[in-house]
Amino acid sequence: MTRAPSPLRSWSSAGGLRTITFGPDQPLQFSNGEKLSGLTIGYETYGELAADKSNAVLVCHALTGDQYVASSNPVTGRPAWWPRIVGPGKPIDTNRFFVICANVLGGCMGTSGPASFHEDGRPWGLRFPVFTVPDMVRAQAMLVEALGIEELFCVIGGSIGGMQALQWAAAYPRRVFACCPIATAARHSAQNIAFYEVGRQAIMADPDWRGGDYLAEGVRPSKGLAVARMAAHITYLSESALHRKFDRALQARDKISFGFDADFQVESYLRHQGQSFVDRFDANSYLYITRAVDYFDLAGDFGGALPHAFADSQTKFCAFSFSSDWHYPPEGAKHIVRALIAAGAEASYVEIDTDKGHDAFLLEEPAFEHALAGFIDSAASARGLPAGVRR
Amino acid sequence: MTPAQRADYEVIVSQVRAHARVLDVGCGDGVLLQRLIREKRVKGRGMELSQAGVNACVGKGLSVVQGDADRDLQFFPDQSFDYVILSKTIQAVHRPGAVLTELARIGDRVIVSLPNFGHWRTRLALLLTGKMPVNPSLPAPWHETENIHLCTVRDFAALSESLGLTVERAFPISGGHAGGPFARILWRANWFAEDVVFVLRARETAARPSADVVPLRA
Repeated sequence: MTRAPSPLRSWSSAGGLRTITFGPDQPLQFSNGEKLSGLTIGYETYGELAADKSNAVLVCHALTGDQYVASSNPVTGRPAWWPRIVGPGKPIDTNRFFVICANVLGGCMGTSGPASFHEDGRPWGLRFPVFTVPDMVRAQAMLVEALGIEELFCVIGGSIGGMQALQWAAAYPRRVFACCPIATAARHSAQNIAFYEVGRQAIMADPDWRGGDYLAEGVRPSKGLAVARMAAHITYLSESALHRKFDRALQARDKISFGFDADFQVESYLRHQGQSFVDRFDANSYLYITRAVDYFDLAGDFGGALPHAFADSQTKFCAFSFSSDWHYPPEGAKHIVRALIAAGAEASYVEIDTDKGHDAFLLEEPAFEHALAGFIDSAASARGLPAGVRR
Repeated sequence: MTPAQRADYEVIVSQVRAHARVLDVGCGDGVLLQRLIREKRVKGRGMELSQAGVNACVGKGLSVVQGDADRDLQFFPDQSFDYVILSKTIQAVHRPGAVLTELARIGDRVIVSLPNFGHWRTRLALLLTGKMPVNPSLPAPWHETENIHLCTVRDFAALSESLGLTVERAFPISGGHAGGPFARILWRANWFAEDVVFVLRARETAARPSADVVPLRA
């Protein structure tokens, strides 16, 4: 059989979705020992890479996010997810920095995962290797390398994006100048594993999940995935934010219905969150990514002592937490900062007082934006990057 | 009080050895830390409670953690700094003794500056008016002040002694100027110092760092 030699890697931007596919000579090595040949990563970039490649910022997205951090998603039409932080004149100023954001490993926006196709022509489904946060970061490192960037000026992310940022700093200390873990933890707590398990069980209990083969059978476990999203969404909000937004207000009615309709606005809101999620997210992706996060315990990879993950680190860190975040509470961030200080790393810690809960990092939070801009600017100046103009 | 008027800063800067590891607890907007980094090339770290202070520090490129001296000194491992500084903060913490013990755990030397409630003008004001003194260094009335644990030079020296800390040096400050070390003439400083800077050191050998701690780079 004659076969054209596979290119080392191929780039595509079909349908506005930019991807890179690595050749069989560059398989992705998984933590569980398996290898994936032909890894594809969906990604987006903003701004110009400086000639000396010193101004690259990697943004790591959260559980159900995508690479469209500062522009609308060409597939779903959803707007940029972090417009207050990334863009011209924003804290991560795309006039100054070359910003990269990649769809996470196992995601369903261009990157290889259970919803992408195996070479046998059928979706991977549950045959896709179970991966970890270190595997996600290893895949991102392949992209960064392919873009010709040796050292990232900054790796930043919120929630599980923050876990990836920490993993970057631990795994590649010489390739991360500055690191911003936001609303995150160095290990997933029992409470978080418990919530994720509820979500996974909801998906797997949906008869349309079909043992994970739903794509091949032309159905989708939409009900299960919606319930998973609803349960998770509660953890992203604080009790006081729910009270402020909804209290016990009724949905389009004057009195309770003595039935199981969405009587309350909060029910209607959650149902909407669940429904709009299933249109854009793959159920198996949700299983895999939540599992990777459950497995995350950064200290575990470094002899059980978190400071060892950052030993000799030259990276400048600034960790952020939000007072009312009970998904990744400030205590988890303090645990990270204690370890960074014990390791002798340059570490700052900012705890924003807010009632907006975990999602605060995505919302309008001026003190957060101000502190982040200050850190980025001072780190850029330490790195010798030219000053920017704040809008 | 503007930073330029902080005579205690002059004393503190003079007492810190070059290239030392320094933690400033209650570092405000980072003015002292910046001076220490610039003038003494120290490896400086800070802790500050206020959002404005933390944001200002982070914007200056300082490594500062947001925290409360009463609760969050656990951020810092045993004997991880050469100096721990607490400038004009001890009178505002809830448990000065516990905080001082923590500082001695973290640092080889502890430098504390504080307003002296034993100054003759304060004593006279209390004697003559029978009311809590209000003056430039204690500007707020008793019910509004953050200074919940005011003390005199002798009170503080006695607390340090009871916690097993030795006063290595102490500097009275009056009229915005520092006097010489006065460890042997405490009673006089207690009358005439408006502020005082203490340099303290634990009497016994400090506890060994816990096993899971990576030693700080010098």
